[in-house]
Amino acid sequence: MTQTHPDYRLSQLDQLEAESIHIFREVAAEFEKPVLMFSGGKDSIVMMRLAEKAFYPAKIPFPVLQVDTGYDFPEVLQTRDNWVSRLGVKLIVASVEDAIKNGIVVDDGKTSRNRLQIGTLLNALEEGGFTAAFGGGRRDEEKARAKERVYSHRDEFGQWDPKNQRPELWSLYNGRLHEGEHMRIFPISNWTELDIWDYIGREGIEIPSIYFSHQRRVFQRDGMLLTESDYNPLRNGEVAEERTVRFRTVGDLTLTGCVESTASTVQEIIEEVAIARVTERGATRGDDRFSEAAMEDRKKEGYF
Amino acid sequence: MASVSTGSTNDGRKMDLLRFATAGSVDDGKSTLIGRLLLDSKAIFEDQLAAVEATSSAKGHDYTDLSLLTDGLRSEREQGITIDVAYRYFATPKRKFIIADTPGHVQYTRNMVTGASTADLGLVLVDARHGMTEQSRRHAVLLSLLRVPHLVLAINKMDLVDYSQEIYDQIAADFTQFATKLNVPDLEVIPISALQGDNVVERSENMKWYSGPTLMHHLENVHVASDRDLVDVRFPVQYVVRPKSDEHHDYRGYAGQVAGGVLRPGDEVVVLPSGMTSRIAGIDLFDREIGEAFPPMSVTVRLEDDVDVSRGDMLARVNNAPKPSQDIDAMICWMTTNPLRPRQKLAIKHTTRSARALVKDVQYRLDVNTLHRDSATKELGLNEIGRIQLRTTVPLLVDPYSKNRTTGSFILIDEATGVTVGAGMINTAS
Repeated sequence: MTQTHPDYRLSQLDQLEAESIHIFREVAAEFEKPVLMFSGGKDSIVMMRLAEKAFYPAKIPFPVLQVDTGYDFPEVLQTRDNWVSRLGVKLIVASVEDAIKNGIVVDDGKTSRNRLQIGTLLNALEEGGFTAAFGGGRRDEEKARAKERVYSHRDEFGQWDPKNQRPELWSLYNGRLHEGEHMRIFPISNWTELDIWDYIGREGIEIPSIYFSHQRRVFQRDGMLLTESDYNPLRNGEVAEERTVRFRTVGDLTLTGCVESTASTVQEIIEEVAIARVTERGATRGDDRFSEAAMEDRKKEGYF
Repeated sequence: MASVSTGSTNDGRKMDLLRFATAGSVDDGKSTLIGRLLLDSKAIFEDQLAAVEATSSAKGHDYTDLSLLTDGLRSEREQGITIDVAYRYFATPKRKFIIADTPGHVQYTRNMVTGASTADLGLVLVDARHGMTEQSRRHAVLLSLLRVPHLVLAINKMDLVDYSQEIYDQIAADFTQFATKLNVPDLEVIPISALQGDNVVERSENMKWYSGPTLMHHLENVHVASDRDLVDVRFPVQYVVRPKSDEHHDYRGYAGQVAGGVLRPGDEVVVLPSGMTSRIAGIDLFDREIGEAFPPMSVTVRLEDDVDVSRGDMLARVNNAPKPSQDIDAMICWMTTNPLRPRQKLAIKHTTRSARALVKDVQYRLDVNTLHRDSATKELGLNEIGRIQLRTTVPLLVDPYSKNRTTGSFILIDEATGVTVGAGMINTAS
């Protein structure tokens, strides 16, 4: 038995953890059919860790859902599988490829896979009859997210209505739903990018290797360093070359840029993040760059 | 190498957390102040600043409009107002800060109440040229009603009154006198210029007569640990953990977040509302057994006896427990357009317990500008605050809000729409 807090004070990381665990338990207690959105990225891995802690020694009492863009990094899928098998949770994969084949979403060759995820995701939630879906969104990421509730209500079409959000007071969450509606739940709303890294470092948990510095053949497009891949043919004038890079976010590999970095440990990443001058989305996510209100628009449609 | 285990590095940067709510309108320079705190603590990134600079010049401003950093939704940017609560984050080596940025106008009272509900500190902004206004008085009243333990009055735009000490003294005296009518345990009055940066992070060279702390110094050092109740044990049970696995066949734990007091193994506890007693066999934090649990820790408690405990129950001490009650007297902030009226039935959520409630009486409406109690009106409209009596279908395990902000608060939900329509702070229960 340990007495860790002689002054009855919790560090900010412990306070964030306690708040997130409270949210996980509240949802498990009040919703009929929750599901955890798991991308294999660092934020969803932190969510898995928090869910593991919330119900220990019992297993996580809900499945995890991954939307497979078909363009995912293999390292990320490997980490996903390791987590799923260690925790013994059920994995549901909703594939964008299948959604295109089945006519659920239309690939016109111009729309990004990230955007096609919206229809795929909504379809998977509806098919599974899920009433609550945990997402790894953080309020420090983006201006529209800064105003989103922890319990974010979605109508029958999966839409978010930013002007009509339910007030959220104290730690009292309102999970009331009508038939066909669902709730997006953001247990790590109050975490920042630095908190996520601090926590990964503290907990010593497994994350995809592409977050750490490695050699990769990359090319420049729209001011981003993109990975060379069959999914991502070089256009006129683009040249791939080997660089020492790492990824700050993981997503659709045709759109997710990397940064030149030699950070090969969590501690080095923390040092790098602490002095970073560009947000992780601004630096590396093509899908958020199209307009200043890009995220707000995608959220209204049903994106996380 | 497909993936790596990171190997535990450290215990994170050991920092404290302060949640604070800001109140004030665009005119008071609130967004500029927040922009300045974020900018000076390096929480603003180049791409965010570039987007704001581009928008500022597109609007024809010859300065960078820092308020654009916080006005997040397109509809807000178009109207130039803040319509919702926005959460902002920044950190110094000492503390991490969460700002609940709320709009100041009377039609957004509910947003301010929302932001203040979780705040350790409330920051009220006034314009030095105008002094105390109806709006700043209302902000102070709401922060005190929500029992935000620390209050800061920032007198902004001191640069526009020649950094006058007389003006500072006058506004500080007005406000201090008004605050005696309220419950304000800790008040700090700081003269600043958000635009010029005086006394925000750096000490002002223009106000040598002021010897108090800068705003940032105060935010970093205000003592919040003692605000929590470490005496009265309150543990609302959220979830019953029963693994039913071979390895943990007989494990039965009660998961929840400590709302008050310190729980230790061996302590005798009473389960409410049943009144059964037992002792704490152990307290688990993930895979570790711990010696003490205190607010706001999320833990799992095991009991020595096989007593019936489920979600919505509460663990407390035998001689120090809330009384189960179905008659609640509370202050309400009403948050929807259809008024609250006597005989109305609503859903109520209090800690982990949900029930139905009948509005027995609307006793008075509180004028948050004058503190006048209007008992002639028997209803509360959108953004109005008043005192009501409720009767609930099952007993709730309540404390006065002045004693415990977790066990003293509740929300009211419209059963037809599912929307949160009221925020309640309990006076007494009988």
